[in-house]
Amino acid sequence: MTGPLRQPPAIRLGLARAALETRMFFREKDAVVFTLSLPIVLLVIFGSIFSGPMGPGGVDVSQLYVAGLIGSAAMTGFQNLGITIAVDRDDGTLKRLAGTPLPRASYFAGKALTVLLVSLLQVTVLLIIGVTLFTLRLPSGPSGWATFAWVFVLGVLGSSLLGVAASSLPRSGRSAGAVIAMPFVVLQFVSGVFVPVAVLPDWLLNISSLFPLKWMCQGFRSVFLGEAGAALERTGSYELDRVALVLGAWIAGGLLLCLTTFRWKSRRDG
Amino acid sequence: MTTAVRTRKLTKRYGDVQAVGGIDLDIRRGEVFAILGPNGAGKTTAVEILQGHRTRDAGEVSVLGVDPGRPTRAWRARLGIVPQTTADVAEVTVREAVRHFAGYYPRPKDPDEVIRQVGLEGKAGKRIRELSGGQRRRVDVALGVIGGPELLFLDEPTTGFDPEARRRFWELIAGLAHNGTTILLTTHYLDEAEALADRVTVVAGGRIVAEGTPADLGGRAGAKATVSWSDGGERRSLETDAPTGTVLELTRRFGGEVPGLTVTRPSLEDAYLRLIGAAP
Ligand SMILES: Nc1ncnc2c1ncn2[C@@H]1O[C@H](COP(=O)(O)OP(=O)(O)O)[C@@H](O)[C@H]1O
Ligand SMILES: [Mg+2]
Repeated sequence: MTGPLRQPPAIRLGLARAALETRMFFREKDAVVFTLSLPIVLLVIFGSIFSGPMGPGGVDVSQLYVAGLIGSAAMTGFQNLGITIAVDRDDGTLKRLAGTPLPRASYFAGKALTVLLVSLLQVTVLLIIGVTLFTLRLPSGPSGWATFAWVFVLGVLGSSLLGVAASSLPRSGRSAGAVIAMPFVVLQFVSGVFVPVAVLPDWLLNISSLFPLKWMCQGFRSVFLGEAGAALERTGSYELDRVALVLGAWIAGGLLLCLTTFRWKSRRDG
Repeated sequence: MTTAVRTRKLTKRYGDVQAVGGIDLDIRRGEVFAILGPNGAGKTTAVEILQGHRTRDAGEVSVLGVDPGRPTRAWRARLGIVPQTTADVAEVTVREAVRHFAGYYPRPKDPDEVIRQVGLEGKAGKRIRELSGGQRRRVDVALGVIGGPELLFLDEPTTGFDPEARRRFWELIAGLAHNGTTILLTTHYLDEAEALADRVTVVAGGRIVAEGTPADLGGRAGAKATVSWSDGGERRSLETDAPTGTVLELTRRFGGEVPGLTVTRPSLEDAYLRLIGAAP
């Protein structure tokens, strides 16, 4: 044999994984249609049932829903990774990859890029529907978009890491959908997606404040409702510094959780 | 270096099941080596320890000169693995999967060439989900050899195949072996080990119960033959190492034709069943 061979760079392999994962995602046509249409259907339903001005600022309730559903679209990573990694563990994907020279980081990079793409797609669709059907006002200046960008990126990252950790909970790939959907739906109810935070009891809000979704929604409300909506917040302010702090903490904590709980093997492998 | 795999007193226990109970292996480079044994013998456990997928309880292990308990990327690039069961990469086509995996290796083979080698050139554009069981297994082999491995693991590659598909799969493996790839095969089919392996080790209950060339295994069992004949309407038989002498003596005694004479040796199958303790 000749001298040591150069292994392909991890970054290139991460991109190759992302391309493959994205291709596989878009090939499951029914899943794509439902993933992208669920928030739209919810938006149309909630936006139509609860419309009209709310609070002293005269904010339209439907706009609360747009901001909230954008928050849950940015949290798709939780659901997507919680399920797909559990399936990867069950169908032998993880085992096969572990038997190749693919660096683990490249596998996760591929997942992260795919989630980012899917979340962006969902958010774009929601923004278009919000603007055309529900008089949503896009941020007028760069500072609004800057807030949007950091809330989105921190939110996607934090909830994705939480999803990676959650993927170890389902006992099999087949049960993953049910196991992961339950906490996601509950979180959406208590974090201000389906029900405005103004009407949530304190104890519920205290619980949801522990998770990233509540803060992501709050950040997006600051972007889309502006000063007029601040009065609807529990503290009368969007507390953007706390949003950044909690999401940052979730990224650090989520990373730690992943590193300590992640399993490459399914329960039947030794 | 002429040794591909070397183990000494390899052991692994699950609760009160001794899955692998002290196995010594010496696999030379370039040979096809079969671990033959019934279901539950410990074959998968043993090879997955060699692949670095499972930890061992005790024993020495060296695979291509590396301890699989401390795998590196460079070492992984020298191995090819065909796992016992797979259900992944279902939504991509054969060509996409083989090309994608080629990218993982520093010096991959040509994907189209590998697809041709495993006999899937007509299915290259098909989604893997749409393939038959045998064709899927060929994809697994393609993904196992795309990196140009020095050592290829095949865990029960033909379980569930029909006889025709098995025979064609064997030709594929024989072709790989012919090109110099070291192959470690596990199987519970005696004829598979016989058809493919240069050397066989028979494992039962986590222990080695016999080893040698496939012919040796048969030879050992064939040491004694059974001579049977009829004597006044009564069936007689005799186990002997020297059946020819017995027949000569019988010929003399009967003064010619021996009535109902048969000479039988236990088949390889009988030998195998006796080795693994399943003989009637
Ligand atoms: N992950 C595991 N947990 C518990 N027992 C196991 C595990 N893997 C294998 N075993 C047990 O170890 C023995 C050997 O299994 P295995 O290596 O799969 O055998 P083979 O591949 O020869 O069929 C069996 O009794 C099996 O039940
Ligand atoms: Mg097995």
